[in-house]
Amino acid sequence: MNIKLCTETFHLNNPASLSTYVKQGGYEAWKNIVNNKISKSEVIAKIKDSGLRGKGGAGFLTGLKWSFIPLSDSDKYLVCNSDESEPGTCKDRDILRYNPHSIIEGMLIACYAIGASTGYNYLRGEFIDEQWKVFNAALEEAYKAELIGNKIFSSNLTIDIYALIGAGAYIVGEETAMLESIEGKRGMPRIKPPFPAIKGLFDKPTIINNTETLASIPKIMLNQDGWYKNIGINSSEGIKIFCMSGHLNKPGNFEIPLGTPFASLLELAGGIWKDRNIKAVIPGGSSVPVVKGDIMMGVNMDYDSIASVGSMLGSGGVIVMDDRTCMVSVLHRISRFYYSESCGQCTPCREGTGWLYKILSNIIEGRGTNKDLDQLDRIASQIEGHCICALGDAAAMPVRSFLKNFWEEFEYFVDNKRSMVI
Amino acid sequence: MSIITKDISCLIDNVLKKFPDDRKKSAIIESLLILQHHNSGYLTKEIIHDLANYLSVSEIDIYEVATFYTMFNTKPVGRNTIAVCNNVSCMLRGSDKILSHIEKKLNIKVGQSSADNKFYLKDEVECLAACNGAPMMQINHKNYENISIEQVDKIIESLK
Repeated sequence: MNIKLCTETFHLNNPASLSTYVKQGGYEAWKNIVNNKISKSEVIAKIKDSGLRGKGGAGFLTGLKWSFIPLSDSDKYLVCNSDESEPGTCKDRDILRYNPHSIIEGMLIACYAIGASTGYNYLRGEFIDEQWKVFNAALEEAYKAELIGNKIFSSNLTIDIYALIGAGAYIVGEETAMLESIEGKRGMPRIKPPFPAIKGLFDKPTIINNTETLASIPKIMLNQDGWYKNIGINSSEGIKIFCMSGHLNKPGNFEIPLGTPFASLLELAGGIWKDRNIKAVIPGGSSVPVVKGDIMMGVNMDYDSIASVGSMLGSGGVIVMDDRTCMVSVLHRISRFYYSESCGQCTPCREGTGWLYKILSNIIEGRGTNKDLDQLDRIASQIEGHCICALGDAAAMPVRSFLKNFWEEFEYFVDNKRSMVI
Repeated sequence: MSIITKDISCLIDNVLKKFPDDRKKSAIIESLLILQHHNSGYLTKEIIHDLANYLSVSEIDIYEVATFYTMFNTKPVGRNTIAVCNNVSCMLRGSDKILSHIEKKLNIKVGQSSADNKFYLKDEVECLAACNGAPMMQINHKNYENISIEQVDKIIESLK
């Protein structure tokens, strides 16, 4: 099946322009909703029925999330999360620069469905050179074409969309930290409940969706009922971009139906480089548990199949490692990242991530002891589930899964003060 | 004289338009990026003071933001910011060699600026979201992907 959603414009000339997008049926869904006065509840029902799940990492049902928004007439907000920073994930950056209008149209439809008159697209600060400029230019074009703004298509509908820029902080990708950041504060996650749908940005009901999720909306709305649901498999409906990185011949982004065998995806990415064998895969961004290569070869790229081998589909950031990879070094690098990016609010995460990194540094520098491996596992288990947000879990899960799957490699490093593979 | 000149105040006013009238604090991040850009890449106490006055917020509100987000520098840095991604995907494809090559070439460590003040080698721990173009680096936020040591040499030598 060769259906493309968010990547449809990627290989066309001037992919980011309004005219290119319109030629692909762009803004037809939006026009249809406004001109034919499709009700909000109908829009939400269609997204719910499509089975669309959030593509930022959590995989929560998008239509269900929208339905949590109160029906009152108070101010509401939509936030598009373009703070793409989960290591191994690089899909939203391509949608932003090659298909920005799909995000704008998706945001308009989402604003309409939840009754928000303002939508913000929050881009990570490091996108300031390319994606920020392209997205802002697309916004300007959409305003000029009167697709956004006051009295859209002569209706009494007013929706404004603004682009916002961050300034470097992984944690802002967490939805409530993003709200704090938009309010001009440090990006520190909020305690839930209240959930953002009840009390979010500026204390108003707010829905936060990932870029790829929102960019998927227009085509789902444009096509007949059941179209999206019929792609993919049961409980993993639809399609998803997988970012293939690591030891591959042809790293890249591939938008494929959920449920596609990992082996086929690996083939799309040209297979393992240098004629080597596969050793391990992190299937959904660096915070999900690592899976051994041979096991991964029997897995399909859908939520349940990946869960059945103890990991998660996450953001779709697939990091592939060959048989010469030192797993101790990889975990050391991952733990440095989470240590550096912990916001410092919760003690288990602030202190625990530091301990994990220091112990792993000791091992790497040849100063590890046998006690260290149990200690790592113990610290990780003390972080897990004990913090306001998921960053602590994200730091702990790799540690526990690397130890579980590659224990002998860690033991070898401690005993011999050098890597088993290098 | 205020650091917020007429031109800069126009830019900040455009940022303010994105938010409700009573939410001026929301403009801090983008305003700081604008001010830093117009001040050789770093923020000063004076900038923080003047922006606080301009937005009618307290200085500590701005200082908190300036020190939380890694793209803000509160000390002078070299003219060109080099950030070599060395998170997992880039590490697997040789980013450590590139980083140490640049350190040697410029005779600095990450987090330092070169003696001629031409380069600042940012301590880049975050993944820069170009994993399938690994190894990659950003220079002044422009991406260079699938880079080799030879290419890095050329790029760096072309900078002023």
